[in-house]
Amino acid sequence: MNTEIIGVVIMFLATIALAIPLGKYIGKVYSGDKTWADAIFNPIDKIFFKASGINPLKEMNWKQHLVALLTLNALWFLLSMFVLMNMAWLPLNPDANPSMSADLAFNTSVSFISNTNLQHYSGESGVSYLGQMVLMLWQFISAATGMAICAVVFIAMKDKSTESLGNFYNLFIKSCTRILLPISIIIAIVLLFNGTPMTFKGKDQFISLQGDTVNVSRGPAAALVSIKQLGTNGGGFFGANSAHPLENPNYFTNVIENVLIILIPIAMVFALGYIIKRKRFAWLIFGVMTVGFLLLLLPSIQQEMKGNPAIHRMGINQHLGSMEGKEVRFGSAASAYWGITTTCTSNGSVNAMHDSFTPLTGMFAMLGMMINSFFGGVGVGFLNFYIFIIIAVFISGLMVGRTPEFLGKKIEAKEMKIAAIIALLHPLLILSGTALSSWLYAHNPTTYAAWLNNPGNHGFSEMLYEMTSSSANNGSGFEGLGDNTPFWNIVCGTIMLLGRFLPIIGPVAIAGILAKKKYIPESAGTLKTDTGTFGIMVFAVIFIIAALSFFPALALGPIAEYFGIR
Amino acid sequence: MAKQSNKLFESSLVNEALKQSFIKLNPKTMFKNPVMFCVWVGTIVMAAVCVWIAMGERNQGSLVYNIIVTAVLLITLLFANFAEAIAEARGKAQADSLRKTREETPAKWIQPVGEIYTNEVKIVPSSQLKKGDVFLCETGDVIPMDGEIIEGIATIDESAITGESAPVIRESGGDKSSVTGGTKVLSDRIKVRVTTEPGESFLDKMIALVEGASRQKTPNEIALTILLAGFTLVFIIVCVTLKPFGDYASTPITIAAFISLFVCLIPTTIGGLLSAIGIAGMDRALRANVITKSGKAVETAGDLDTLLLDKTGTITIGNRKATNFYPANGVDTKVFIEACVLSSLADETPEGKSIIELANLDKKTFDTTGAAFIEFTAETRSSGINLPSGIRVRKGAADSIKNIAERAGNPFPAETADSVKTIASNGGTPLVVSQNEKIIGVIELQDIIKPGIQERFERLRKMGVKTVMVTGDNPLTAKFIAEKAGVDDFIAEAKPEDKMNYIKREQQGGKLVAMMGDGTNDAPALAQADVGVAMNSGTAAAKEAGNMVDLDNDPTKLIEIVEIGKQLLMTRGTLTTFSIANDVAKYFAIVPALFIASIPALQGMNIMKLHSPESAILSAVIFNAIIIPLLIPLALRGVAYKPIGASALLRRNLLIYGLGGVIVPFIGIKLIDLLVSIWF
Repeated sequence: MNTEIIGVVIMFLATIALAIPLGKYIGKVYSGDKTWADAIFNPIDKIFFKASGINPLKEMNWKQHLVALLTLNALWFLLSMFVLMNMAWLPLNPDANPSMSADLAFNTSVSFISNTNLQHYSGESGVSYLGQMVLMLWQFISAATGMAICAVVFIAMKDKSTESLGNFYNLFIKSCTRILLPISIIIAIVLLFNGTPMTFKGKDQFISLQGDTVNVSRGPAAALVSIKQLGTNGGGFFGANSAHPLENPNYFTNVIENVLIILIPIAMVFALGYIIKRKRFAWLIFGVMTVGFLLLLLPSIQQEMKGNPAIHRMGINQHLGSMEGKEVRFGSAASAYWGITTTCTSNGSVNAMHDSFTPLTGMFAMLGMMINSFFGGVGVGFLNFYIFIIIAVFISGLMVGRTPEFLGKKIEAKEMKIAAIIALLHPLLILSGTALSSWLYAHNPTTYAAWLNNPGNHGFSEMLYEMTSSSANNGSGFEGLGDNTPFWNIVCGTIMLLGRFLPIIGPVAIAGILAKKKYIPESAGTLKTDTGTFGIMVFAVIFIIAALSFFPALALGPIAEYFGIR
Repeated sequence: MAKQSNKLFESSLVNEALKQSFIKLNPKTMFKNPVMFCVWVGTIVMAAVCVWIAMGERNQGSLVYNIIVTAVLLITLLFANFAEAIAEARGKAQADSLRKTREETPAKWIQPVGEIYTNEVKIVPSSQLKKGDVFLCETGDVIPMDGEIIEGIATIDESAITGESAPVIRESGGDKSSVTGGTKVLSDRIKVRVTTEPGESFLDKMIALVEGASRQKTPNEIALTILLAGFTLVFIIVCVTLKPFGDYASTPITIAAFISLFVCLIPTTIGGLLSAIGIAGMDRALRANVITKSGKAVETAGDLDTLLLDKTGTITIGNRKATNFYPANGVDTKVFIEACVLSSLADETPEGKSIIELANLDKKTFDTTGAAFIEFTAETRSSGINLPSGIRVRKGAADSIKNIAERAGNPFPAETADSVKTIASNGGTPLVVSQNEKIIGVIELQDIIKPGIQERFERLRKMGVKTVMVTGDNPLTAKFIAEKAGVDDFIAEAKPEDKMNYIKREQQGGKLVAMMGDGTNDAPALAQADVGVAMNSGTAAAKEAGNMVDLDNDPTKLIEIVEIGKQLLMTRGTLTTFSIANDVAKYFAIVPALFIASIPALQGMNIMKLHSPESAILSAVIFNAIIIPLLIPLALRGVAYKPIGASALLRRNLLIYGLGGVIVPFIGIKLIDLLVSIWF
């Protein structure tokens, strides 16, 4: 078999092999069971809790959880705005990079706090080391926020009627100290040995063979790169992100980083199985997510390895596949694999230019973000999937002649209302955002000429991709889009905010309301949610709601482009 | 109303429904159904576009094409309205036939003088009777109003209501004290107190429900409407944003195309049939002679986990019957049987009658002049007869007869003791008979389990419904019958409060419980149960407490009610799935049609190879319209329920209505396109 494909298979299998035990470990952490890390971190946690006056054993209901989450995030947002708009005079700025404009700072702050990491700036020249480190802090915090609130939903799904769903601060701190921090430290050290820099010194210089002086940006990159991948953040230290040789020096680091991208999103599914004691159900969710993921991945790899028909017609040999915008050290298969994993998981780091993918791969990358729940972002990916489960349970419950119930709780009008709103939010944000930019561009082509490097179908894809990436909290870009303008900064910032917090509030509210309801034991008439048939149902719901509503838009972008160059 | 025609579309009903389809176009009525209201708005817009084109607009396609689109949308609306109207008309026809039984009848009203009811009778029309009034009914009278017998006993012909020709006995005081308006007194005379105000009887309530005057959406219907509204909103977003997309791609999209795409995508199939399905559910209940007080009760019935069933009448036929005579050693069988018959001649209990039946001897051959009958009492637990000739026959419970014999110094034969034991352990009841204080044998009484009842319980078990038998028998007998009949649990030596406690306990475990009852002491439990079915013959209190009334007084009706409930939910679910699955094909028909003119490369997406953009759009909207009337029969009849377990059922329905819903429109749209392409 082709070595490139073997590389991809190994990456995927290694991820699953690691995710299963990690999932169990995460389950233990959130259930409050004993783990090896307790001995090290319990004393540290205690100091935090004592200093802040928080009682980690105080149980919260779903509303209190959301209040805690939103308040904390609002405070972090303000702090982030302050640092980014004042980095010029703040310490740790050896390269004398300037402060950000208000609209860019807004976009960047929202982007990092919402776990999106959309970057309308370039790391080398746009932020100081202090800025980088603050952003890195958000990479921990936003990932831990998503995981903690997902844990709240897990707890709510247990077989009982309760209002107390754990303590948010406790779950949040534990997400950081027990899961994100230990793995990040190990990976950062591995990256360090492979050549990723970790220093506070400013730019380095060397004189090339041609005699030119070359400036090389560096900084505390290894630490940031590990959490950016682990926490599905994706915001790179350098502008070229993981295609940059200092962020992702070789094929080995590429494997490690790519495993990290989907490690926790998969592990969270197994953590669910551990917490609610329904392993079969967890495997079913894993199965549905994997099938969806593979349906996006396999044709993408095929398309990239086949090469671009337009280049083929020019008589250029493409035995390496479509290599435009890709790194030779990774190759076309691994780049396609990264492209799909990073979009399916809302990570958004890139090791190749998505703009240069063949049209269908670009579409599959967009679909990954539009669906946003084939693994999805850490914690929040499952929350998106949860909404689809609720809708699938409702329809299939009706199909077997029983008022729908999910894990022993009846689903009624109130839950359906929330689920319907959240399900239509994503199409609303993406389509109306793209509609707005298309309308502006179509009616004032000269004013907005700088937006698009490629007009026509591809230009449309660029705009659609940017809006999708913002709404899905992904953060990758189709590039080729002149996006550091007040319009894109503010619109994308707003979409990221809505696309982050509403899909957290909705599922938590549903789970909280369901948790309070009376528990109905299973009988022979109860629809089992851990069967293949139900899996097909969930898949169909995702396909029809999340994928088909984008069909007309995709037809004008990548599909038209595909038929155009064929 | 005995038997109703099963034809779905009777011409008189169709005419009425057709008229209603137009009346229902009133926006106020349409607004209640968000999905169809969107189609309504779309039709109005299209009509305006037609006028605009007629006045000279050039960029919206030909006038004929636009008029056709408008007409198809209007037809879609009419089809949806027709579905609702025909369901209503059927329900109404059903109810009307019930109502006919209670047309104006003269009532013999008893005038009260102060607090006292005299015997003076005044003839008034039945409509003037008020709640609390008392009227008199004698042989041959039609009972003018629903009421409760306060004095007397009568045989009544209830065939007008139940279709059952055998007369029934109704008497004051007991659990069978209720009479229904429209039924006929065959013998004797009764005084009846009116229990409902005119226009508020169960039947009146039911008619109002069907006619939609007081029909409220059930919680489940509301949740589904929300989901459908959600889908509709998504497609509004999809269609509205298409305008700027088209602008960007320099692709002009006509208003007709926009509205067609939108109407095709929103779930009009289920939206149009939703209320018809709900009404048809109540209608099916009514056809089963069950009057429901709300649509919710029918739905809840589909969810039931536990059924409480009275043993007598439900699981076993009526009362115990004598099945065997076991004479003691040395007693002639004929003599023994004669003694048994003698002791039972005056015994009016069903058991006593069954003994005479089993003996099959002519009653007239027995001379009982001057005989003294000994009535059954709780103390002696035996009954019998003392003949003038000095013969004393007693029959009763084994230990009481044993006492009588032993007191007189006679032994209790071993073989009799054996028989008694065998009978008891087989779930029967032994009646020991003595003549002149000497044991002469045993009569076996057995409960006869209804034929086919085991299969019905098996079916219920597969549906996930637990059956509980309620009986006054001792636990041993109860257990035997429970096992034989195949119920899952039993309550033996049941007192009314036992039922109540059982229901409460099940409900605390999150289960939905149904029970059937007729007595006043059943009323609290009927009210407590999630579905309480009162028998029409039951007391007013029982009927008030339950949420359904069974006109047939058939205790096995609960099983039918469960299936009707399940069918109702399933029909909704499968048609929703079908409706949404249709969207896949409609996207593939319309989206290429929108863009092909300006982006010819997209011809590759026209996988159905539809003739032209116009024919593609027309085919999609026409398919969308005609699928509604094609599915009306399914909506009215309901999807067949098969008790094969939830997962298997889901697989089956997903295959038929999900996969079918994806494939059928591809074929349908292509066929319509072949036709339409002749002109466009």
